[in-house]
Amino acid sequence: MFKLILRNTLRHRLRTTLTILGMAIAILSFGLLRTVVDAWYAGVEGAAADRLVTRNAISLIFRLPLAYLNKIQTIDGIKKVTYGFWFGGVYIDEKNFFPQFAVELPTYLDIYSEFVVDPEQRQVLVKERNACVAGRKLAQRFGWKLGDIITLKGTIFPGDWELVLRAIYDGVEETTDETRFFFHWDYVNETMKKNFPTVANQVGWFISQVEDIERAPLIAAQIDATFANSLAETLTESEKAFQMGFVSMTKAIIMAIQVVSYVVIAIILIVLANTMAMTARERQEEHAVLKTLGFQGRHLVTLIAGESVAIAFLGGLAGIIAIFPAAHFFRTALGNYFRIFNVSDETLAICLLIALVVGVVAAIFPAWRAARVPIAEGLRRIG
Amino acid sequence: MKIPLSYSYRNLVTRRLTTVLTAGGMGLVVFVFAAVLMLAEGLRQTLVATGSYDNAVVLRASAESEVQSIIERDKAAIIASQPEIALNKEGRPLVAQELIVLFNLRKRGTNMPSNVTIRGVSPISLELRPEVRLAAGRMFRPGSTEVVTGKDTAGRFVGAGLGETLRFAMRDWTVVGVLDAGNTAFSSEIWGDIDQMQQAFRRPIFSSVILRLRAPGDFYNLKARLEADPRLPVQVKREIVFYEDQSKRMADFIRLLGLVLTVIFSLGAVLGAMITMYAAVATRTVEIGTLRALGFSRGNVLTAIMLESLLIGLLGGLAGLGAASLMTFFTISTTNWQTFAEVAFSFTLTPDIAAKSLLFGLGMGLLGGFLPALQAARMNIVESLRAL
Repeated sequence: MFKLILRNTLRHRLRTTLTILGMAIAILSFGLLRTVVDAWYAGVEGAAADRLVTRNAISLIFRLPLAYLNKIQTIDGIKKVTYGFWFGGVYIDEKNFFPQFAVELPTYLDIYSEFVVDPEQRQVLVKERNACVAGRKLAQRFGWKLGDIITLKGTIFPGDWELVLRAIYDGVEETTDETRFFFHWDYVNETMKKNFPTVANQVGWFISQVEDIERAPLIAAQIDATFANSLAETLTESEKAFQMGFVSMTKAIIMAIQVVSYVVIAIILIVLANTMAMTARERQEEHAVLKTLGFQGRHLVTLIAGESVAIAFLGGLAGIIAIFPAAHFFRTALGNYFRIFNVSDETLAICLLIALVVGVVAAIFPAWRAARVPIAEGLRRIG
Repeated sequence: MKIPLSYSYRNLVTRRLTTVLTAGGMGLVVFVFAAVLMLAEGLRQTLVATGSYDNAVVLRASAESEVQSIIERDKAAIIASQPEIALNKEGRPLVAQELIVLFNLRKRGTNMPSNVTIRGVSPISLELRPEVRLAAGRMFRPGSTEVVTGKDTAGRFVGAGLGETLRFAMRDWTVVGVLDAGNTAFSSEIWGDIDQMQQAFRRPIFSSVILRLRAPGDFYNLKARLEADPRLPVQVKREIVFYEDQSKRMADFIRLLGLVLTVIFSLGAVLGAMITMYAAVATRTVEIGTLRALGFSRGNVLTAIMLESLLIGLLGGLAGLGAASLMTFFTISTTNWQTFAEVAFSFTLTPDIAAKSLLFGLGMGLLGGFLPALQAARMNIVESLRAL
C-alpha cells in the first residue's frame, strides 16, 4: 500500500513538484508571520520578574524628578534602583533607528545582568563622561569598533551629541536584545542644567530590583502611594506589564498579521485540495478497477489521503528548511523594524502540524467521493 | 481564424470545482494585496487630510513630532507676529499656539492603556481647521476644566464619552462635547483650553504654532526668515507635509510587510493556477490535437489557453476585490510610532488600488497559464490525436 502511495505521488512529477512548492511557500510565510508576531512580543519575553518600572502616571512623555530616587531606595524590599530615559536621537539618518537610552550606567548594568560587559571595558565605560555601550548586533550593523565616535542628533534633547564607544555588550541568551545603546544620563543632564535648567534633574523612569518576587505587587503599590497627590504621581508596574503596554498599543497590527497567517493556510488548503480533486477525478476509472479487485472504500481513502499527506509533509518540510535563510534575510535587510527575529521551536512544530492537517483536510472530499462512486459508474467514465 | 472566447469560458464552466478552487486561491491573495494597500492608504489619507495646504506648522528644530517640540512663550510671540499670517474677519491674526501632551487612557472593553493626544487649543485653532465640527454637546468654555473629545476617542476610551469625566493632571475634566473631524487625526484627540492645560500639566510652554498663510506662496518667505532667525531654533513645515511625514514610517512598514507577503503568497497562487492549467491541457490532449487538425494555428491554441487562465485570474481578482471592499466598513486604531499616539483610520479603497488588484489577479493568471499554454501550443498534431 505504501509503495502504491509513493508511486502515485510520483506519477505526475510536474504537478507534485508544483504542489510541494506551493505548500512550501505557504508554510514558509506562515512561519515567518508567526515569527514576526513573536518579535513583537520580544520585549515582553525579555522582561524579568524581579524588576519594577516606575514612570509618570500621566504618560511616558512626562518625566519624574530625580529626587524620587532617595525615597524609592528607602522602601523596604528594594535591592537596587536605576533610572534613565529614552533619548530618541537620530544616527546620521532616520532610517538607522535603534533604541537609545541615557541611564545611570553602573546601577543599570548591575540590574540588567543579561547584558554582559567585559570588566575592563566596563571600567572605562563607567569612568568616561561621554562613553557609550552598544549591543553586539547593533555594533555589527553599523560596523562600529571600540573607540569609534558616534554622533547622535537629539530630537528630544536638541543638539549633536558626540559619544565614544567604549564597550560592546553580549546577551546572556540568544533571545536577549543585542541592539540597544546606552550612555550616561549625567552627560545629558549636565547639558540640560546649562541650557534648559527647567527640565534638568529629571528622569523618564526608575527601575527597581526587588528582593522577593512575591512581594513585587505590594512594593509597586507602596511606591505609588509614596507619591500620590504629588505634582508628579507615579505608575509602577512589573517590567512585563510595562512592555506589554507597548505591544497592546499596536494590537491592531498584530491582529491583522494573525488574520493574514490564517488566510495563507486557507490558500494552501485550496491549492492542495484542487490538486487532490483533479488527481482523484483522473483516476476514477483506476479506482473502480481497484474496487473490482476487492479493495474496499477505506483502502481508496488511505490511498488518496496518504498521497495528500505525503505531498503536504514534503512541502511542509521544504518550507521549514527555507524559514532559516528567510529569517536571516529579515534580520539583515529589515533590521530597522525587527531587531530580534528568532524562529522558535514552537513555530516549527506548529508549521509541521499545519502541513499534516492541511494534507488530511484536502483529501477528505476527493477520498469520500472515490470511496462512494459505484464501480460501474467509475468504469463507464471517459476522460 | 480565432478560437471563440466561449470555448475558453465553457471549459471553465465544465470544470467548475477546479475553477472555483483556483480562482478562490487567487482571490484570497488579491484580498490580502488589496487590504494591505487599503490600510496603508487609509493611514496616509487620514494624516494627510489632517493637514491643510494653506497652513504652516512651526516646531522646534530637529523635533519630529509635536510632542517632542518645545517653543517658549517669547519665541512663540515672535512667530505670531510675522507679516505672512492671514487675518480673520475680525482682523485678528489666524495663528494658534498649542500644547500637545500624551495621556494614558484605558480602552473600553479590553481596559488596555494607550496614549491619547491631548491638545490645548485657543479659539483660533478651530478657525484654522474648518474640517473640525462639533457633532454633539458644546464647545468647552475658555478657562474651565472642560474638554471636547474626537469621535474616535469618545467611542474607544473609558471616560471619554459625552458627559463622562476624565481624571488627569490632578483634576477632573468634564467631556462637554464630541468633535467630528471627519477622517482626520483630530478625531482621535482630546481638546481643551490651552491656558488650563499649561497650568494643569505645569508646562508653561507651547509645542507648536499653527498659522494660516495669506497666500500659499508666502510659505517660502516665512520659512526662510524664521529658520534663519538666530533667536528661533525652529523649523517651518507646510501642515500637509508635516502630517504626511508623520504617517510615513508606519505606512511604509505596512506596505513593505504587505508587499513581501503578497509576493510570497502570489507565488503560491501562481503555482495553483499552473497546476490547474497543466491538468486542463493534459486532459484535453486529443481535443487540442483536433483543433490543430481543423486548421487552428499554434498561436490560436496558445491564446485560447491563456484566455482561460486570464479568466480565472480575473475571477479571482474580482472576488478578492469584492471581499476587500467590504473591509472599508472597518476602522482600525493603533499607535503611530512616530507620534507615539493613538490614531484611528479605516481601510480606504481608491480606483488606483482597485485597478492594481485586478491587474495583480490578471498577472497571476498570465504567469500561471503561460507555460501550460506553451505546452499545448507545441503539441504535435499526430501524436496528440493518437493519445488516449
